[in-house]
Amino acid sequence: MRPAVVLSLLGIGTLVFLFFNIVFGSISISLQDVIRVFAGQQIDETTENIIMEIRLPRAVAAMILGGALALSGYLLQTFFHNPIAGPFVLGISSGSKLAVALAMVFFLDRSIRVTSATLIIAAFLGAVVSMQFVLVMSKKVDTMSMLVVCGVMIGYICSAITDFVVTFASDADIVNLHNWSKGSFSGMAWEHVIVMSVVVTVTMMIVFCLSKPIGAYQLGENYAGNMGVNIRALRILLILLSSILSACVVAYAGPVSFVGIAVPHLVKYLMGTNKPIWMIPASFLGGSIFCLFCDLIARTVFAPTELSISSVTAVFGAPVVLWIMVDRRKENGCGTK
Amino acid sequence: MMEKLYFRTEQLSVGYNGQPVVRDIGIGLERGQILTLIGPNGVGKSTVLKSIAGQLSTVSGVVCIGNEQLNKIGREALAKKLSVVFTEKLKAELMTCEDVVATGRYPYTGKFGILREEDRKVIEEVMELVHVTEIRGQDFEKVSDGQKQRVMLARAFCQEPEVILLDEPTSYLDVKYKLEFLSILQKMREKKGVTVIMSLHELELAERISDQILCLKGKYVDRYGTPEEIFEPGYIGQLFDITAGSYDEENGSMELESPAGEAKLFVIAGDGRGRSLYRKLQREGKAFVTGILYQNDLDYPVAKALAAEVIEAASFEPVSQSILEEAKRKIDACERVLCTREHFGSLDTAGRELYEYAKGLGKL
Repeated sequence: MRPAVVLSLLGIGTLVFLFFNIVFGSISISLQDVIRVFAGQQIDETTENIIMEIRLPRAVAAMILGGALALSGYLLQTFFHNPIAGPFVLGISSGSKLAVALAMVFFLDRSIRVTSATLIIAAFLGAVVSMQFVLVMSKKVDTMSMLVVCGVMIGYICSAITDFVVTFASDADIVNLHNWSKGSFSGMAWEHVIVMSVVVTVTMMIVFCLSKPIGAYQLGENYAGNMGVNIRALRILLILLSSILSACVVAYAGPVSFVGIAVPHLVKYLMGTNKPIWMIPASFLGGSIFCLFCDLIARTVFAPTELSISSVTAVFGAPVVLWIMVDRRKENGCGTK
Repeated sequence: MMEKLYFRTEQLSVGYNGQPVVRDIGIGLERGQILTLIGPNGVGKSTVLKSIAGQLSTVSGVVCIGNEQLNKIGREALAKKLSVVFTEKLKAELMTCEDVVATGRYPYTGKFGILREEDRKVIEEVMELVHVTEIRGQDFEKVSDGQKQRVMLARAFCQEPEVILLDEPTSYLDVKYKLEFLSILQKMREKKGVTVIMSLHELELAERISDQILCLKGKYVDRYGTPEEIFEPGYIGQLFDITAGSYDEENGSMELESPAGEAKLFVIAGDGRGRSLYRKLQREGKAFVTGILYQNDLDYPVAKALAAEVIEAASFEPVSQSILEEAKRKIDACERVLCTREHFGSLDTAGRELYEYAKGLGKL
């Protein structure tokens, strides 16, 4: 059975890339050292630190956040019946980014420690607010391309205000904010990784339990309604869950582009099905692989200089989006929603 | 009487945002009956169907299935009682026809929608009955409209409904698929005892398949009854405000507008020979007089719709002298006479006489 095979391959792929991300980097670490660390044997302390405190948390974060992003994208695509919807193009990530920047500046100015929870909540609120704008827009425009254009505009507005905030933030914050606002998995500490793991895992489990009504919703609201789905409740849940997932990513890694659109699409074609019961775990794993791969490139290609993660994901993700649009156009003659 | 009715509505008003589009609908159907909604475009047929399906809240009045009021039946319980085929296309990315049919089992499957043995059995049986089995493995997005509609019907039947609602199910189908679709529907109704409520644009099909017909006009039910009661001469023209052309209720056929102007042609017709010539003259925009037609002649309804004047005679009666004289007077007034008859029967003395008369005048 094809979906099961693809899903297992994605699982294996995730582990392989997780491993690559630990082994490769600006400082080369031998395979033996890595194995020894995991086996609990004593090795050189610096190497152990690099593995356990820098590379491993970063790789795990890339895995979890990548998965969260792809899943968030999948939920939005389902919600809008639109294959190029995603948290980044719809401006939801940028809304989160703005909210997080404001929160950081506000708290740091008052010398209050910013906790993970604060960041996630700020990002979530930002996501929900910009989502509301997108929802209002989606009622006014009826083609998928117009909706995306509206989302991109909302994104630009939020990014502009964020830049504004960053420019006027006090010196100490700037370095931090500047890196983050461009998107990066660097500087992940275990405490962050633990919080994001809990949030993302719980959210993903809820999403998975909704796979049956999501499957019905994909057929169209009217048909789903006739099958006994509570459309209103499901729509609200989809919005909230996708907002939580993308907020979690923005809170820790800043905005990461195109993963949300490209990954579910690629995974869908690999699996040959769009059934949520397969797509939910597969999108997650696909997102993990994609982000692990992109972070590996971001860290290693121009080492020691690091690229921003969004630049790398855009290089691989944007062509997929173009492909989707051309493909759609060919199929229905026009790009309707 | 009321107990016998399986599906009924009382003073049902439907519309959007509390504004009624159609008022005071009273329907009473026995189990297994077919009700068809007809009426002009935009009159609210879809609104009625959507309201009965529970997708639009009703403005006032009640809908009952069995002994229960529709709005008191829970979402999930209703899904097992009532299913739909709407004009809106079902979105089925990367789904085979069988996958689409299987979605009809939704109300019966568990938390994760895994199909059990009995679900598979229902799917197989329905696919066989609706002739989907042969296209089961094909991509739903890539099959023809007629096949899609069949798949949609199979999906709706997989829900094992007691009532099925269809919104213009035959509109985009060619004649083969139209007939096939309605035949399947008729067969399923017989096998499963499903009550069918649908809207149709094809009046002639509505007349043939329906047990009851509901005519909507303006904001009200204009007429409600059996096809025999609805298709009275002249009624369809009035229901749809037909101004150009005409609809023949008795034969379920329609004709375009009759040519204007003074009639300069006389067509000797009868025995069903004149119809194609009438239509040809209509296309050329030439007004004509025709006769002598018995009222039960196949040419008669077409002549009534298209000719400037019809010289007619009562069926199974000899043509009276006065009718013959009148026909001759018309021939005198016309410039030319066309004869569509190759021979006249031995009882058709009037026809032959008219033919000889025209020939004598040199107008033939």
